[in-house]
Amino acid sequence: MTRKQRRLTLIGSAGAVLAIALGLILFALNDQIVFFQSPTDITQKTMPAGQRIRLGGLVEEGSVEKSDNAQVSFRVTDMANAVAVTYKGILPDLFREGQGVVTEGVIGPNGVFVADSVLAKHDENYMPKEVAEALKDQGHWQGGEGEAN
Amino acid sequence: MIVELGHYALVLAFALTLVQCVLPLWGALSGDDRLMAVAPPVSVMLFVLVLISFVALTVAYLNSDFSVLNVLQNSHSAKPLIYKFTGVWGNHEGSMLLWVLILVFFGALVGFFGGNLPKDLKAATLSVQAWVSAGFILFLLATSNPFERVAGPPLEGADLNPILQDIGLAIHPPLLYIGYVGFSITFSFAVAALLLGRTDAAWARWVRPWTLLAWCFLTLGIAMGSYWAYYELGWGGWWFWDPVENASFMPWIAGTALLHSAIVMEKREALKIWTVLLAIFTFSLSLLGTFLVRSGVLTSVHAFATDPARGVFILVLLCIFIGGSLSLYAWRAPMLKQGGLFAPISREGGLVLNNLFLTAACAAVFVGTLYPLALDAITGEKISVGAPFFNLTFGPLMVPLLMAIPFGPVLSWKRGDLHAASQRLYAAFGLALLFALVTFWLWGMEKVLAPMGVGLAVWVMAGAVSEIVTRVKFFEIGPKRGFSRLVGLPGSAWGTVVAHFGVGVTVLGIVTASAFQEERIETMRPGDSIELSGYEVTFDGAAPRRGPNYTEEVGHFTIRKAGAYVAELDPSKRVYTARQMPTTEAGIHTTGFSQLYLSLGESRGDGAVDVRVYYKPLITLIWIGCVIMSLGAVFSMADRRLRVGAPKPAARRKAVQTAAAE
Repeated sequence: MTRKQRRLTLIGSAGAVLAIALGLILFALNDQIVFFQSPTDITQKTMPAGQRIRLGGLVEEGSVEKSDNAQVSFRVTDMANAVAVTYKGILPDLFREGQGVVTEGVIGPNGVFVADSVLAKHDENYMPKEVAEALKDQGHWQGGEGEAN
Repeated sequence: MIVELGHYALVLAFALTLVQCVLPLWGALSGDDRLMAVAPPVSVMLFVLVLISFVALTVAYLNSDFSVLNVLQNSHSAKPLIYKFTGVWGNHEGSMLLWVLILVFFGALVGFFGGNLPKDLKAATLSVQAWVSAGFILFLLATSNPFERVAGPPLEGADLNPILQDIGLAIHPPLLYIGYVGFSITFSFAVAALLLGRTDAAWARWVRPWTLLAWCFLTLGIAMGSYWAYYELGWGGWWFWDPVENASFMPWIAGTALLHSAIVMEKREALKIWTVLLAIFTFSLSLLGTFLVRSGVLTSVHAFATDPARGVFILVLLCIFIGGSLSLYAWRAPMLKQGGLFAPISREGGLVLNNLFLTAACAAVFVGTLYPLALDAITGEKISVGAPFFNLTFGPLMVPLLMAIPFGPVLSWKRGDLHAASQRLYAAFGLALLFALVTFWLWGMEKVLAPMGVGLAVWVMAGAVSEIVTRVKFFEIGPKRGFSRLVGLPGSAWGTVVAHFGVGVTVLGIVTASAFQEERIETMRPGDSIELSGYEVTFDGAAPRRGPNYTEEVGHFTIRKAGAYVAELDPSKRVYTARQMPTTEAGIHTTGFSQLYLSLGESRGDGAVDVRVYYKPLITLIWIGCVIMSLGAVFSMADRRLRVGAPKPAARRKAVQTAAAE
């Protein structure tokens, strides 16, 4: 093999691997990312059924209902609109009524959001960033800039 | 008083770094021995000064000195002693001080042990290390001063985030930082080589052990962080592809590529330019990780406080170091001479393939981590890139790499023979096929990917073992001589085998724990039982209990298998008094390499409680594999060939001396 051929093999294989990586990344970005939506977004826009979304807002006061088999239902609100959510599983430690929450899942046929993951804040000082901004959009944010304490 | 002393020492350290930035480098470029001689003692003094400042902060924490703002905000007098100590780095300022401490520690190591480095390379390296140190000490002093006092201090502090009140905080951050920041020294070596315009074999031999050292600690640090999140957060997951995790994972991938390309450079003088670039990239990714984690652009338990000034400061440092080193690279790299030729099928070729896949995988993680941030900054659109993205990009890129791992070490340098190499791997291939078929036979079409994953893991493990067995011709020469030959193999050969075996072990753990995990979520009342993977989990009841700085509701569970008693588990829900913050403590029972994992939800008042039970087969292999990998790095570091100018055997030295005398 000549020097030139060797170099071409190297460049060729590097190009091939990078092309595969790029292809995978583009494909996954197209397919696997999840958009963040506020309750207002969900009530106003029509989402394609079965599309995964992240829903964030405050847990509406007095809306949390627990039934057997670890089933929970609650409403997520941005003070303008609210969306009903059901979830089977254990809620995070910092999940409380009136506090920020981010849930991920799909909207069921009856308009109820079926969540398969529920995230609350890591500690009591933080509001999930997306939630803080969604609330600001609705003019219901009372905390300081970015930080709540 | 001691707090002011710490502050003063830090300021002094900053002044010294400025000296170190200029004088040794000037000496190295102009060939002035006296200026170069400044570097080693100053590097040690820097370490001593930052250590004083770190000890001062520690003393403030141990004494619960609430007149120090940092202590006030992050400590509490009722906190157990160990958490007062580890709490020093359980906050933004303290953790950055630890960062800087490790940074100057690595400088001091080079200053102290670099006796047989070329003088100019040593001086230039220490200068570059001082630039980085100067930047970060200034960051501490200007935006994150840990020694700030408060007037009229309150009697009690605000306590440490309860999630951090765990032995994990004593282990995970220091290990991770030694790894993360350790790559700074390879970065300094690379920039010094560019400044001096040469990379020789000595340079390569110096870079590899430092890379190995940093990589070893980073591996352990990531594994520890993963295990900590697994048992502390109570979600039962061990890796979330969270941006904060990716921030430490990217330098790890790049560092893995670096330590492989450094082998080519050391043995064959090839891939010089690429290795220098990788060294720069690896530390740049460490810096990027620091920015992501510490600036508050991400909401996470790691982002202690968000202050825009800090984010901007780190961003500026990031631009200076990454931009500066890359410009220097573009300017000086063409001066470095390219080395040896090799055929595509050869050991070098294999290592290049490794680098290709690792950098591609690193790029995929990079895009997945930064794309949401970039999109948010540019369009304001909020998206989340989660596990599905990474499974779809990182996963497929790892599969060919894992398939190729056993081939690498059996190929010869320069020009390899793939056919001969394959013959040495028949046994490993047979074993992998056997395991894959057995898995398929047991589970059938239900889990199609699992047999392939298991086969791949066994292939990597068996490939590593068969490499070394066929290398010493163990079965041909009989076990007795074979054994003594095995012992006599160089450390780096053992390092390769052990580290690759560890990769296989981790892959096996990942495959089994993800494919065969079983999970149940139920609301249980006292006396209720759940069946899971042959285990019977009975809820006996819950009772309150008091800890030193928390109260908890402990659930008592009995585990039986086929009616026979196995274990009792006490998962709990804690509320930490000072912050009124609840946390979940999982109950974990380990059988062999598998674990039964129990976590509690909120109690429902009438004695009923939500319970989540997992059975995770072979999950501990994930972390055991990481420990084996770092053990491989230790073996490799022990190789005496890596010690530059290792003392020659006495007999030979004498012969040389007499020859010289005659």
